[in-house]
Amino acid sequence: MAEKMATRQAYGKFLSEIAKTNPDVVVMDADLSGSTMTKEFRAAAPQRFFNVGIAEQNLYAMATGLAHSGKTVFASTFAMFAAGRAFEIIRNSIGYTHANVKICATHAGLTVGEDGASHQAIEDLALMRTIPGMTVVNPADGASAMALLKAVSEMNGPAYVRLGRAAVEGIYEEDAVFEIGKGVCVREGGDAAIIATGIMVGEALKAAELLKEDGLSVRVIDMHTIKPLDEEIIIRAAEETGTIVTAEEHTVIGGLGSAVAEVVAQNCPVKMKLVGVKDTFGESGKPAQLLEKYGLTAQDLREAVKALKK
Amino acid sequence: MAINCELLEKKASDIRVDIIREVHSAASGHPGGSLSAADIVTVLYFHEMNIDPKDPKKADRDRFVLSKGHAAPVLYAALAERGFFPKEELTTLRKLGSRLQGHPSMKLLPGIEMSTGSLGQGVSVACGMALANKLDGKAGRVYTLLGDGEIQEGLVWEAAMAAAHYGLDNLCAIVDWNGLQIDGKNEDVMNVKPIDEKFKAFGWNVIAIDGHNIAEIAKAFDEARACKGRPTMILAKTHKGHGVSFMEDNAGWHGKAPGDDQAKQAVEELGGEW
Repeated sequence: MAEKMATRQAYGKFLSEIAKTNPDVVVMDADLSGSTMTKEFRAAAPQRFFNVGIAEQNLYAMATGLAHSGKTVFASTFAMFAAGRAFEIIRNSIGYTHANVKICATHAGLTVGEDGASHQAIEDLALMRTIPGMTVVNPADGASAMALLKAVSEMNGPAYVRLGRAAVEGIYEEDAVFEIGKGVCVREGGDAAIIATGIMVGEALKAAELLKEDGLSVRVIDMHTIKPLDEEIIIRAAEETGTIVTAEEHTVIGGLGSAVAEVVAQNCPVKMKLVGVKDTFGESGKPAQLLEKYGLTAQDLREAVKALKK
Repeated sequence: MAINCELLEKKASDIRVDIIREVHSAASGHPGGSLSAADIVTVLYFHEMNIDPKDPKKADRDRFVLSKGHAAPVLYAALAERGFFPKEELTTLRKLGSRLQGHPSMKLLPGIEMSTGSLGQGVSVACGMALANKLDGKAGRVYTLLGDGEIQEGLVWEAAMAAAHYGLDNLCAIVDWNGLQIDGKNEDVMNVKPIDEKFKAFGWNVIAIDGHNIAEIAKAFDEARACKGRPTMILAKTHKGHGVSFMEDNAGWHGKAPGDDQAKQAVEELGGEW
Protein backbone atom coordinates (compact mmCIF):
# COMPACT_ATOMS: atom_id res chain seq x y z
CA MET A 1 0.00 0.00 0.00
CA ALA A 2 1.17 3.47 -0.83
CA GLU A 3 2.20 5.71 2.06
CA LYS A 4 -0.07 8.17 3.82
CA MET A 5 0.10 11.51 2.05
CA ALA A 6 -2.02 14.47 1.00
CA THR A 7 -3.07 14.41 -2.65
CA ARG A 8 -1.44 17.85 -3.02
CA GLN A 9 1.84 16.22 -2.01
CA ALA A 10 1.35 13.76 -4.84
CA TYR A 11 0.73 16.73 -7.13
CA GLY A 12 4.09 18.24 -6.14
CA LYS A 13 5.81 14.94 -6.83
CA PHE A 14 4.04 14.63 -10.17
CA LEU A 15 5.08 18.16 -11.16
CA SER A 16 8.72 17.63 -10.30
CA GLU A 17 8.69 14.58 -12.58
CA ILE A 18 6.83 16.10 -15.52
CA ALA A 19 9.15 19.13 -15.37
CA LYS A 20 11.90 16.81 -16.58
CA THR A 21 9.93 14.89 -19.19
CA ASN A 22 7.61 17.37 -20.91
CA PRO A 23 9.09 20.70 -22.09
CA ASP A 24 5.63 21.97 -23.13
CA VAL A 25 4.34 22.01 -19.57
CA VAL A 26 3.97 25.41 -17.92
CA VAL A 27 2.89 25.75 -14.29
CA MET A 28 1.17 28.79 -12.84
CA ASP A 29 0.13 29.75 -9.35
CA ALA A 30 -1.43 32.67 -7.49
CA ASP A 31 0.82 33.18 -4.48
CA LEU A 32 0.16 29.79 -2.91
CA SER A 33 2.98 27.76 -4.43
CA GLY A 34 4.17 26.54 -1.05
CA SER A 35 0.70 25.20 -0.23
CA THR A 36 -0.42 23.92 -3.62
CA MET A 37 3.04 22.33 -4.01
CA THR A 38 3.68 23.95 -7.40
CA LYS A 39 6.92 25.04 -5.73
CA GLU A 40 8.20 21.60 -6.73
CA PHE A 41 7.89 22.57 -10.38
CA ARG A 42 9.46 25.97 -9.77
CA ALA A 43 12.46 24.21 -8.24
CA ALA A 44 12.77 21.90 -11.24
CA ALA A 45 11.95 24.27 -14.12
CA PRO A 46 11.91 27.88 -12.88
CA GLN A 47 11.79 29.35 -16.41
CA ARG A 48 8.46 27.63 -17.02
CA PHE A 49 6.87 28.62 -13.71
CA PHE A 50 4.79 31.78 -13.37
CA ASN A 51 3.39 33.20 -10.16
CA VAL A 52 0.78 35.80 -11.09
CA GLY A 53 0.26 37.00 -7.54
CA ILE A 54 -3.08 37.10 -5.78
CA ALA A 55 -5.12 37.34 -8.96
CA GLU A 56 -7.01 34.14 -9.71
CA GLN A 57 -9.04 35.52 -12.60
CA ASN A 58 -5.84 36.54 -14.34
CA LEU A 59 -4.31 33.17 -13.46
CA TYR A 60 -6.89 31.28 -15.49
CA ALA A 61 -7.27 33.76 -18.35
CA MET A 62 -3.49 33.96 -18.85
CA ALA A 63 -3.32 30.17 -18.62
CA THR A 64 -5.79 30.11 -21.52
CA GLY A 65 -3.49 32.29 -23.63
CA LEU A 66 -0.53 30.02 -22.93
CA ALA A 67 -2.64 26.94 -23.72
CA HIS A 68 -3.71 28.41 -27.06
CA SER A 69 -0.02 28.90 -27.79
CA GLY A 70 0.73 25.19 -27.51
CA LYS A 71 1.44 24.85 -23.81
CA THR A 72 0.00 22.29 -21.42
CA VAL A 73 -0.76 24.51 -18.45
CA PHE A 74 -1.19 23.36 -14.87
CA ALA A 75 -2.67 26.31 -12.98
CA SER A 76 -3.19 26.06 -9.26
CA THR A 77 -4.71 27.84 -6.34
CA PHE A 78 -7.14 26.83 -3.60
CA ALA A 79 -10.34 25.21 -4.84
CA MET A 80 -12.43 28.08 -3.46
CA PHE A 81 -10.63 30.64 -5.61
CA ALA A 82 -10.32 28.43 -8.69
CA ALA A 83 -13.81 26.98 -9.05
CA GLY A 84 -15.44 29.79 -7.10
CA ARG A 85 -13.84 33.14 -7.77
CA ALA A 86 -12.63 32.34 -11.29
CA PHE A 87 -15.69 30.33 -12.33
CA GLU A 88 -16.79 32.55 -15.16
CA ILE A 89 -13.28 32.83 -16.58
CA ILE A 90 -13.00 29.05 -16.45
CA ARG A 91 -16.40 28.73 -18.11
CA ASN A 92 -15.92 31.28 -20.88
CA SER A 93 -12.18 31.35 -21.58
CA ILE A 94 -11.13 27.79 -20.74
CA GLY A 95 -14.33 25.77 -21.18
CA TYR A 96 -15.87 27.46 -24.21
CA THR A 97 -12.57 27.30 -26.13
CA HIS A 98 -11.66 23.82 -24.80
CA ALA A 99 -8.27 25.16 -23.73
CA ASN A 100 -5.63 22.70 -22.56
CA VAL A 101 -5.57 24.01 -19.00
CA LYS A 102 -5.43 21.70 -16.00
CA ILE A 103 -7.05 23.40 -13.05
CA CYS A 104 -5.37 21.63 -10.16
CA ALA A 105 -7.18 23.01 -7.15
CA THR A 106 -5.94 22.18 -3.69
CA HIS A 107 -7.37 22.63 -0.19
CA ALA A 108 -10.78 21.44 -1.32
CA GLY A 109 -13.55 20.46 1.05
CA LEU A 110 -14.03 20.74 4.80
CA THR A 111 -10.65 19.17 5.59
CA VAL A 112 -8.98 22.50 4.91
CA GLY A 113 -9.74 22.62 8.61
CA GLU A 114 -8.91 25.61 10.74
CA ASP A 115 -9.17 28.23 7.97
CA GLY A 116 -12.93 27.82 8.16
CA ALA A 117 -15.88 28.32 5.84
CA SER A 118 -14.39 31.07 3.66
CA HIS A 119 -11.75 28.61 2.47
CA GLN A 120 -13.74 25.38 2.44
CA ALA A 121 -14.84 24.77 -1.15
CA ILE A 122 -17.75 22.36 -0.95
CA GLU A 123 -19.39 23.32 -4.24
CA ASP A 124 -16.48 23.07 -6.67
CA LEU A 125 -17.42 19.70 -8.18
CA ALA A 126 -20.96 20.92 -8.82
CA LEU A 127 -19.71 24.09 -10.52
CA MET A 128 -17.07 22.38 -12.63
CA ARG A 129 -19.25 19.55 -13.88
CA THR A 130 -21.73 21.99 -15.42
CA ILE A 131 -19.11 23.15 -17.94
CA PRO A 132 -19.35 21.30 -21.28
CA GLY A 133 -16.18 19.36 -22.09
CA MET A 134 -14.66 19.75 -18.63
CA THR A 135 -13.11 16.61 -17.17
CA VAL A 136 -13.56 16.53 -13.39
CA VAL A 137 -11.28 14.31 -11.30
CA ASN A 138 -11.15 13.78 -7.54
CA PRO A 139 -8.48 11.29 -6.44
CA ALA A 140 -8.76 9.28 -3.23
CA ASP A 141 -5.10 8.92 -2.27
CA GLY A 142 -1.55 9.73 -3.28
CA ALA A 143 -1.05 6.83 -5.67
CA SER A 144 -4.29 7.44 -7.56
CA ALA A 145 -3.58 11.18 -7.63
CA MET A 146 -0.21 10.55 -9.30
CA ALA A 147 -1.73 8.20 -11.87
CA LEU A 148 -4.73 10.41 -12.63
CA LEU A 149 -2.60 13.54 -12.93
CA LYS A 150 -0.47 11.73 -15.47
CA ALA A 151 -3.61 10.69 -17.39
CA VAL A 152 -4.91 14.25 -17.27
CA SER A 153 -1.58 15.58 -18.59
CA GLU A 154 -1.83 13.23 -21.57
CA MET A 155 -5.32 14.26 -22.64
CA ASN A 156 -6.00 17.40 -24.64
CA GLY A 157 -8.52 19.82 -23.18
CA PRO A 158 -9.56 21.25 -19.85
CA ALA A 159 -9.62 19.33 -16.60
CA TYR A 160 -10.40 20.14 -13.00
CA VAL A 161 -8.44 18.08 -10.48
CA ARG A 162 -9.58 18.31 -6.87
CA LEU A 163 -6.78 17.92 -4.36
CA GLY A 164 -6.77 17.96 -0.59
CA ARG A 165 -4.72 19.58 2.13
CA ALA A 166 -4.78 16.82 4.74
CA ALA A 167 -2.83 13.59 4.54
CA VAL A 168 -4.92 10.54 3.66
CA GLU A 169 -4.25 6.82 4.10
CA GLY A 170 -3.01 4.97 1.03
CA ILE A 171 -5.66 2.86 -0.69
CA TYR A 172 -3.83 1.71 -3.79
CA GLU A 173 -0.45 0.24 -4.63
CA GLU A 174 2.06 2.64 -6.18
CA ASP A 175 1.70 1.04 -9.61
CA ALA A 176 -2.11 0.86 -9.71
CA VAL A 177 -3.61 1.73 -13.09
CA PHE A 178 -6.42 4.24 -13.58
CA GLU A 179 -8.40 5.40 -16.54
CA ILE A 180 -10.20 8.74 -16.65
CA GLY A 181 -13.93 8.10 -16.68
CA LYS A 182 -13.68 4.55 -15.35
CA GLY A 183 -14.66 4.03 -11.73
CA VAL A 184 -12.84 1.42 -9.67
CA CYS A 185 -14.58 -1.27 -7.66
CA VAL A 186 -12.32 -1.35 -4.59
CA ARG A 187 -14.42 -3.85 -2.67
CA GLU A 188 -16.95 -6.36 -3.91
CA GLY A 189 -20.35 -6.75 -2.29
CA GLY A 190 -23.90 -7.60 -3.20
CA ASP A 191 -26.18 -6.08 -0.55
CA ALA A 192 -25.50 -2.40 -1.19
CA ALA A 193 -23.01 -0.15 -2.95
CA ILE A 194 -21.26 2.91 -1.61
CA ILE A 195 -20.12 5.11 -4.46
CA ALA A 196 -17.52 7.45 -3.03
CA THR A 197 -15.13 10.07 -4.30
CA GLY A 198 -11.95 11.67 -2.96
CA ILE A 199 -11.13 11.19 0.68
CA MET A 200 -14.52 9.54 1.27
CA VAL A 201 -13.31 6.38 -0.47
CA GLY A 202 -11.26 5.59 2.62
CA GLU A 203 -14.28 6.18 4.86
CA ALA A 204 -16.41 4.00 2.60
CA LEU A 205 -13.96 1.12 2.93
CA LYS A 206 -14.07 1.46 6.71
CA ALA A 207 -17.86 1.56 6.56
CA ALA A 208 -17.95 -1.62 4.49
CA GLU A 209 -15.88 -3.32 7.16
CA LEU A 210 -18.29 -2.12 9.87
CA LEU A 211 -21.28 -3.24 7.83
CA LYS A 212 -19.79 -6.71 7.58
CA GLU A 213 -20.35 -6.91 11.34
CA ASP A 214 -23.96 -6.00 10.64
CA GLY A 215 -24.19 -8.91 8.25
CA LEU A 216 -24.14 -6.85 5.08
CA SER A 217 -21.84 -7.30 2.11
CA VAL A 218 -21.19 -3.83 0.70
CA ARG A 219 -19.55 -2.92 -2.56
CA VAL A 220 -17.32 0.17 -2.60
CA ILE A 221 -16.70 2.09 -5.79
CA ASP A 222 -14.07 4.81 -6.11
CA MET A 223 -15.62 7.32 -8.50
CA HIS A 224 -12.43 9.26 -9.08
CA THR A 225 -13.86 10.85 -12.22
CA ILE A 226 -17.04 12.85 -11.72
CA LYS A 227 -17.12 13.79 -15.39
CA PRO A 228 -17.25 11.96 -17.72
CA LEU A 229 -19.15 9.78 -15.28
CA ASP A 230 -18.86 5.99 -15.45
CA GLU A 231 -22.55 5.25 -15.96
CA GLU A 232 -21.97 1.57 -16.57
CA ILE A 233 -20.48 0.87 -13.13
CA ILE A 234 -23.34 2.83 -11.50
CA ILE A 235 -26.08 0.99 -13.38
CA ARG A 236 -24.44 -2.35 -12.62
CA ALA A 237 -24.25 -1.47 -8.92
CA ALA A 238 -27.90 -0.43 -8.90
CA GLU A 239 -29.03 -3.58 -10.69
CA GLU A 240 -26.90 -5.95 -8.65
CA THR A 241 -27.32 -4.45 -5.16
CA GLY A 242 -30.53 -2.41 -5.38
CA THR A 243 -29.20 0.04 -2.81
CA ILE A 244 -26.86 2.98 -3.39
CA VAL A 245 -25.24 5.39 -0.98
CA THR A 246 -23.01 8.13 -2.32
CA ALA A 247 -20.22 9.71 -0.30
CA GLU A 248 -18.50 13.02 -0.97
CA GLU A 249 -16.70 15.74 0.98
CA HIS A 250 -18.85 18.27 -0.85
CA THR A 251 -22.36 19.65 -0.70
CA VAL A 252 -25.02 17.09 -1.60
CA ILE A 253 -26.38 19.70 -4.01
CA GLY A 254 -24.94 19.11 -7.46
CA GLY A 255 -21.92 16.96 -6.73
CA LEU A 256 -21.25 13.22 -6.97
CA GLY A 257 -24.51 12.25 -5.28
CA SER A 258 -26.53 14.34 -7.71
CA ALA A 259 -24.56 13.03 -10.68
CA VAL A 260 -25.12 9.41 -9.61
CA ALA A 261 -28.80 10.09 -8.91
CA GLU A 262 -29.21 11.51 -12.43
CA VAL A 263 -27.97 8.19 -13.84
CA VAL A 264 -29.88 5.98 -11.41
CA ALA A 265 -33.17 7.84 -11.80
CA GLN A 266 -33.06 7.61 -15.57
CA ASN A 267 -31.83 4.05 -15.93
CA CYS A 268 -32.56 1.84 -12.95
CA PRO A 269 -34.31 3.61 -10.09
CA VAL A 270 -33.29 2.18 -6.71
CA LYS A 271 -33.29 3.59 -3.21
CA MET A 272 -30.44 6.04 -2.59
CA LYS A 273 -29.00 8.14 0.18
CA LEU A 274 -26.62 11.02 -0.45
CA VAL A 275 -23.97 11.44 2.23
CA GLY A 276 -22.22 14.78 2.02
CA VAL A 277 -22.35 18.27 3.44
CA LYS A 278 -25.97 19.32 3.85
CA ASP A 279 -27.09 22.75 2.67
CA THR A 280 -24.74 24.61 4.99
CA PHE A 281 -21.32 26.28 5.24
CA GLY A 282 -18.43 24.72 7.14
CA GLU A 283 -16.46 26.19 10.05
CA SER A 284 -13.03 26.10 11.72
CA GLY A 285 -11.86 22.90 13.34
CA LYS A 286 -9.56 19.94 12.92
CA PRO A 287 -10.29 17.88 9.80
CA ALA A 288 -11.40 14.83 11.78
CA GLN A 289 -13.67 16.93 13.99
CA LEU A 290 -15.25 18.52 10.95
CA LEU A 291 -15.86 15.22 9.20
CA GLU A 292 -17.60 13.99 12.33
CA LYS A 293 -19.67 17.12 12.92
CA TYR A 294 -20.82 17.33 9.31
CA GLY A 295 -21.71 13.66 9.01
CA LEU A 296 -18.92 12.44 6.79
CA THR A 297 -17.52 9.46 8.70
CA ALA A 298 -17.59 5.71 8.16
CA GLN A 299 -20.22 5.54 10.89
CA ASP A 300 -22.46 7.95 8.97
CA LEU A 301 -22.11 5.81 5.87
CA ARG A 302 -22.86 2.68 7.89
CA GLU A 303 -26.07 4.24 9.19
CA ALA A 304 -27.09 5.41 5.73
CA VAL A 305 -26.71 1.89 4.32
CA LYS A 306 -28.53 0.32 7.26
CA ALA A 307 -31.40 2.81 6.96
CA LEU A 308 -31.87 1.81 3.33
CA LYS A 309 -31.67 -1.90 4.10
CA LYS A 310 -34.32 -1.78 6.84
CA MET B 1 6.74 50.09 -43.42
CA ALA B 2 5.47 52.43 -46.15
CA ILE B 3 1.89 53.40 -45.56
CA ASN B 4 -0.83 54.16 -48.08
CA CYS B 5 -3.29 56.20 -46.04
CA GLU B 6 -5.69 56.73 -48.91
CA LEU B 7 -6.02 53.00 -49.52
CA LEU B 8 -6.46 52.28 -45.81
CA GLU B 9 -9.10 54.98 -45.48
CA LYS B 10 -11.02 53.42 -48.36
CA LYS B 11 -10.68 50.01 -46.70
CA ALA B 12 -11.95 51.40 -43.39
CA SER B 13 -15.00 52.79 -45.22
CA ASP B 14 -15.64 49.40 -46.83
CA ILE B 15 -15.40 47.77 -43.40
CA ARG B 16 -17.86 50.31 -41.99
CA VAL B 17 -20.30 49.51 -44.79
CA ASP B 18 -19.87 45.79 -44.01
CA ILE B 19 -20.61 46.50 -40.33
CA ILE B 20 -23.89 48.21 -41.21
CA ARG B 21 -24.88 45.37 -43.55
CA GLU B 22 -24.04 42.74 -40.91
CA VAL B 23 -25.91 44.38 -38.08
CA HIS B 24 -28.86 45.31 -40.30
CA SER B 25 -29.26 41.75 -41.54
CA ALA B 26 -28.95 40.39 -38.01
CA ALA B 27 -31.47 42.95 -36.72
CA SER B 28 -29.36 43.07 -33.57
CA GLY B 29 -25.73 43.59 -32.55
CA HIS B 30 -23.36 46.38 -31.69
CA PRO B 31 -22.78 48.98 -34.41
CA GLY B 32 -21.57 51.90 -32.26
CA GLY B 33 -18.44 50.31 -30.82
CA SER B 34 -17.72 48.49 -34.08
CA LEU B 35 -17.70 51.72 -36.07
CA SER B 36 -15.52 53.51 -33.49
CA ALA B 37 -12.90 50.74 -33.78
CA ALA B 38 -13.00 50.41 -37.58
CA ASP B 39 -9.91 52.52 -38.33
CA ILE B 40 -7.81 50.80 -35.67
CA VAL B 41 -8.82 47.32 -36.83
CA THR B 42 -8.24 48.29 -40.48
CA VAL B 43 -4.68 49.41 -39.80
CA LEU B 44 -4.02 46.21 -37.85
CA TYR B 45 -5.33 43.85 -40.54
CA PHE B 46 -4.20 45.73 -43.65
CA HIS B 47 -0.93 47.31 -42.54
CA GLU B 48 0.47 46.25 -39.21
CA MET B 49 0.00 42.55 -38.58
CA ASN B 50 1.94 39.64 -40.03
CA ILE B 51 -0.93 37.30 -40.91
CA ASP B 52 -1.81 34.99 -43.78
CA PRO B 53 -5.43 34.11 -44.58
CA LYS B 54 -4.16 30.99 -46.39
CA ASP B 55 -2.31 29.86 -43.26
CA PRO B 56 -4.24 31.34 -40.32
CA LYS B 57 -2.28 29.34 -37.73
CA LYS B 58 1.25 29.97 -39.02
CA ALA B 59 3.74 29.82 -36.18
CA ASP B 60 5.30 33.28 -36.48
CA ARG B 61 2.04 35.19 -36.97
CA ASP B 62 0.94 38.24 -35.05
CA ARG B 63 -2.28 37.73 -33.13
CA PHE B 64 -5.25 39.95 -32.42
CA VAL B 65 -7.63 39.39 -29.51
CA LEU B 66 -10.83 41.41 -29.56
CA SER B 67 -11.19 41.90 -25.83
CA LYS B 68 -14.31 44.03 -26.44
CA GLY B 69 -15.95 41.01 -28.06
CA HIS B 70 -19.25 42.76 -28.69
CA ALA B 71 -17.51 44.62 -31.52
CA ALA B 72 -17.52 41.31 -33.41
CA PRO B 73 -18.98 42.95 -36.57
CA VAL B 74 -15.77 44.96 -37.14
CA LEU B 75 -13.61 41.88 -36.65
CA TYR B 76 -15.72 39.78 -39.02
CA ALA B 77 -15.68 42.56 -41.62
CA ALA B 78 -11.88 42.85 -41.41
CA LEU B 79 -11.37 39.07 -41.62
CA ALA B 80 -13.72 38.78 -44.61
CA GLU B 81 -12.12 41.75 -46.40
CA ARG B 82 -8.72 40.18 -45.73
CA GLY B 83 -9.85 36.88 -47.24
CA PHE B 84 -10.23 34.62 -44.22
CA PHE B 85 -13.77 33.69 -45.28
CA PRO B 86 -16.26 34.74 -48.01
CA LYS B 87 -17.78 38.19 -47.64
CA GLU B 88 -21.22 36.78 -48.46
CA GLU B 89 -21.16 35.08 -45.07
CA LEU B 90 -21.21 38.45 -43.27
CA THR B 91 -25.00 38.65 -43.51
CA THR B 92 -25.34 35.40 -41.52
CA LEU B 93 -24.25 37.28 -38.38
CA ARG B 94 -26.10 36.13 -35.24
CA LYS B 95 -28.27 33.69 -37.18
CA LEU B 96 -28.81 30.08 -36.12
CA GLY B 97 -26.03 27.84 -37.38
CA SER B 98 -23.78 30.74 -38.44
CA ARG B 99 -20.03 30.79 -37.88
CA LEU B 100 -20.48 34.47 -37.06
CA GLN B 101 -21.68 34.21 -33.49
CA GLY B 102 -22.96 37.27 -31.62
CA HIS B 103 -19.56 37.34 -29.94
CA PRO B 104 -16.48 35.78 -31.60
CA SER B 105 -15.94 32.02 -31.36
CA MET B 106 -12.46 30.77 -32.22
CA LYS B 107 -13.73 27.24 -32.74
CA LEU B 108 -15.89 28.25 -35.67
CA LEU B 109 -14.14 30.83 -37.78
CA PRO B 110 -10.55 30.94 -39.10
CA GLY B 111 -8.60 33.98 -37.95
CA ILE B 112 -10.35 34.32 -34.61
CA GLU B 113 -7.57 33.94 -32.04
CA MET B 114 -9.77 33.86 -28.95
CA SER B 115 -13.42 33.56 -28.10
CA THR B 116 -14.41 36.71 -26.27
CA GLY B 117 -17.49 38.56 -25.16
CA SER B 118 -17.19 38.47 -21.41
CA LEU B 119 -15.30 41.70 -20.80
CA GLY B 120 -11.81 41.84 -19.34
CA GLN B 121 -10.81 38.31 -20.27
CA GLY B 122 -9.38 38.96 -23.73
CA VAL B 123 -6.59 41.24 -22.54
CA SER B 124 -5.60 38.70 -19.92
CA VAL B 125 -5.59 35.86 -22.46
CA ALA B 126 -3.48 38.10 -24.73
CA CYS B 127 -0.95 38.42 -21.89
CA GLY B 128 -0.71 34.63 -21.79
CA MET B 129 -0.12 34.51 -25.55
CA ALA B 130 2.57 37.20 -25.35
CA LEU B 131 4.23 35.34 -22.49
CA ALA B 132 4.21 32.13 -24.53
CA ASN B 133 5.86 33.90 -27.46
CA LYS B 134 8.57 35.20 -25.12
CA LEU B 135 9.06 31.72 -23.68
CA ASP B 136 9.39 30.21 -27.16
CA GLY B 137 11.47 33.04 -28.62
CA LYS B 138 8.80 33.69 -31.25
CA ALA B 139 8.76 37.06 -33.02
CA GLY B 140 4.98 37.30 -33.22
CA ARG B 141 3.35 40.26 -31.51
CA VAL B 142 0.02 40.21 -29.73
CA TYR B 143 -2.57 42.97 -30.12
CA THR B 144 -5.72 43.39 -28.11
CA LEU B 145 -8.51 45.94 -28.31
CA LEU B 146 -10.42 47.00 -25.21
CA GLY B 147 -13.43 49.18 -24.72
CA ASP B 148 -13.20 52.14 -22.38
CA GLY B 149 -16.11 50.83 -20.33
CA GLU B 150 -14.37 47.45 -20.28
CA ILE B 151 -11.51 48.81 -18.20
CA GLN B 152 -13.95 49.07 -15.31
CA GLU B 153 -13.48 45.29 -15.01
CA GLY B 154 -11.03 44.39 -12.24
CA LEU B 155 -9.44 41.66 -14.35
CA VAL B 156 -8.11 44.30 -16.76
CA TRP B 157 -5.92 45.67 -13.97
CA GLU B 158 -4.77 42.22 -12.87
CA ALA B 159 -3.67 41.71 -16.46
CA ALA B 160 -2.14 45.20 -16.66
CA MET B 161 -0.02 44.45 -13.59
CA ALA B 162 1.11 41.10 -14.99
CA ALA B 163 1.97 42.46 -18.46
CA ALA B 164 4.33 45.02 -16.93
CA HIS B 165 5.72 42.53 -14.41
CA TYR B 166 6.69 40.10 -17.17
CA GLY B 167 7.98 42.91 -19.42
CA LEU B 168 5.67 41.94 -22.27
CA ASP B 169 6.95 44.40 -24.87
CA ASN B 170 5.47 42.11 -27.53
CA LEU B 171 2.01 43.04 -26.26
CA CYS B 172 0.18 46.10 -27.57
CA ALA B 173 -3.23 46.95 -26.17
CA ILE B 174 -5.50 49.60 -27.58
CA VAL B 175 -8.34 51.29 -25.73
CA ASP B 176 -11.14 52.37 -28.04
CA TRP B 177 -11.90 55.51 -26.06
CA ASN B 178 -15.27 56.59 -27.40
CA GLY B 179 -16.42 57.76 -23.97
CA LEU B 180 -19.73 55.90 -24.01
CA GLN B 181 -21.01 52.66 -22.58
CA ILE B 182 -24.45 51.04 -22.47
CA ASP B 183 -25.86 53.19 -19.69
CA GLY B 184 -24.36 56.47 -20.85
CA LYS B 185 -21.11 58.42 -20.55
CA ASN B 186 -18.20 56.72 -18.77
CA GLU B 187 -17.87 59.62 -16.36
CA ASP B 188 -21.52 59.35 -15.35
CA VAL B 189 -21.60 55.57 -15.02
CA MET B 190 -18.15 55.01 -13.48
CA ASN B 191 -15.33 57.40 -14.23
CA VAL B 192 -12.35 55.75 -15.93
CA LYS B 193 -10.11 58.82 -16.26
CA PRO B 194 -7.23 59.39 -16.24
CA ILE B 195 -6.70 56.27 -18.37
CA ASP B 196 -3.21 57.32 -19.49
CA GLU B 197 -1.93 58.00 -15.98
CA LYS B 198 -3.38 54.75 -14.69
CA PHE B 199 -1.57 52.61 -17.27
CA LYS B 200 1.64 54.64 -16.84
CA ALA B 201 1.45 53.99 -13.12
CA PHE B 202 1.07 50.28 -13.88
CA GLY B 203 4.34 50.42 -15.86
CA TRP B 204 3.07 50.65 -19.42
CA ASN B 205 4.29 52.73 -22.33
CA VAL B 206 1.27 54.89 -23.16
CA ILE B 207 0.66 56.56 -26.52
CA ALA B 208 -2.33 58.85 -26.97
CA ILE B 209 -3.68 59.27 -30.50
CA ASP B 210 -6.67 60.22 -32.61
CA GLY B 211 -8.20 56.79 -33.22
CA HIS B 212 -9.68 57.87 -36.55
CA ASN B 213 -6.40 59.12 -38.03
CA ILE B 214 -4.86 56.29 -40.06
CA ALA B 215 -1.36 57.78 -40.08
CA GLU B 216 -1.40 58.33 -36.31
CA ILE B 217 -2.61 54.79 -35.68
CA ALA B 218 0.11 53.30 -37.88
CA LYS B 219 2.79 55.45 -36.25
CA ALA B 220 1.65 54.39 -32.79
CA PHE B 221 2.08 50.73 -33.76
CA ASP B 222 5.62 51.56 -34.98
CA GLU B 223 6.41 53.21 -31.66
CA ALA B 224 4.94 50.28 -29.75
CA ARG B 225 7.18 47.87 -31.64
CA ALA B 226 10.22 50.02 -30.88
CA CYS B 227 9.49 50.13 -27.14
CA LYS B 228 11.45 47.52 -25.23
CA GLY B 229 10.93 46.07 -21.78
CA ARG B 230 7.31 47.04 -21.21
CA PRO B 231 3.91 46.68 -22.83
CA THR B 232 2.31 49.48 -24.80
CA MET B 233 -1.14 50.95 -24.40
CA ILE B 234 -2.46 53.01 -27.29
CA LEU B 235 -5.14 55.28 -25.98
CA ALA B 236 -7.18 55.96 -29.10
CA LYS B 237 -9.71 58.78 -28.85
CA THR B 238 -12.65 57.79 -30.99
CA HIS B 239 -16.29 58.55 -31.61
CA LYS B 240 -18.88 55.88 -31.09
CA GLY B 241 -20.75 55.25 -34.34
CA HIS B 242 -18.09 57.19 -36.32
CA GLY B 243 -18.94 57.69 -39.98
CA VAL B 244 -22.72 57.50 -39.62
CA SER B 245 -24.22 60.90 -38.77
CA PHE B 246 -27.14 59.74 -36.66
CA MET B 247 -25.11 57.15 -34.73
CA GLU B 248 -22.13 59.34 -33.88
CA ASP B 249 -21.52 59.89 -30.16
CA ASN B 250 -24.87 58.37 -29.30
CA ALA B 251 -24.89 55.69 -26.57
CA GLY B 252 -28.28 54.56 -27.89
CA TRP B 253 -26.44 52.91 -30.81
CA HIS B 254 -24.30 50.70 -28.57
CA GLY B 255 -26.40 47.61 -29.06
CA LYS B 256 -29.15 48.41 -31.55
CA ALA B 257 -29.51 47.58 -35.24
CA PRO B 258 -30.58 50.12 -37.86
CA GLY B 259 -33.86 49.61 -39.69
CA ASP B 260 -34.06 49.51 -43.50
CA ASP B 261 -34.13 53.27 -44.07
CA GLN B 262 -31.46 53.92 -41.48
CA ALA B 263 -29.21 51.22 -42.91
CA LYS B 264 -29.62 52.64 -46.41
CA GLN B 265 -28.77 56.15 -45.20
CA ALA B 266 -25.77 54.84 -43.23
CA VAL B 267 -24.35 52.89 -46.16
CA GLU B 268 -24.76 55.86 -48.48
CA GLU B 269 -23.13 58.24 -46.00
CA LEU B 270 -20.19 55.84 -45.91
CA GLY B 271 -19.89 55.97 -49.69
CA GLY B 272 -21.36 52.53 -50.29
CA GLU B 273 -24.23 51.41 -52.48
CA TRP B 274 -27.44 50.15 -50.93
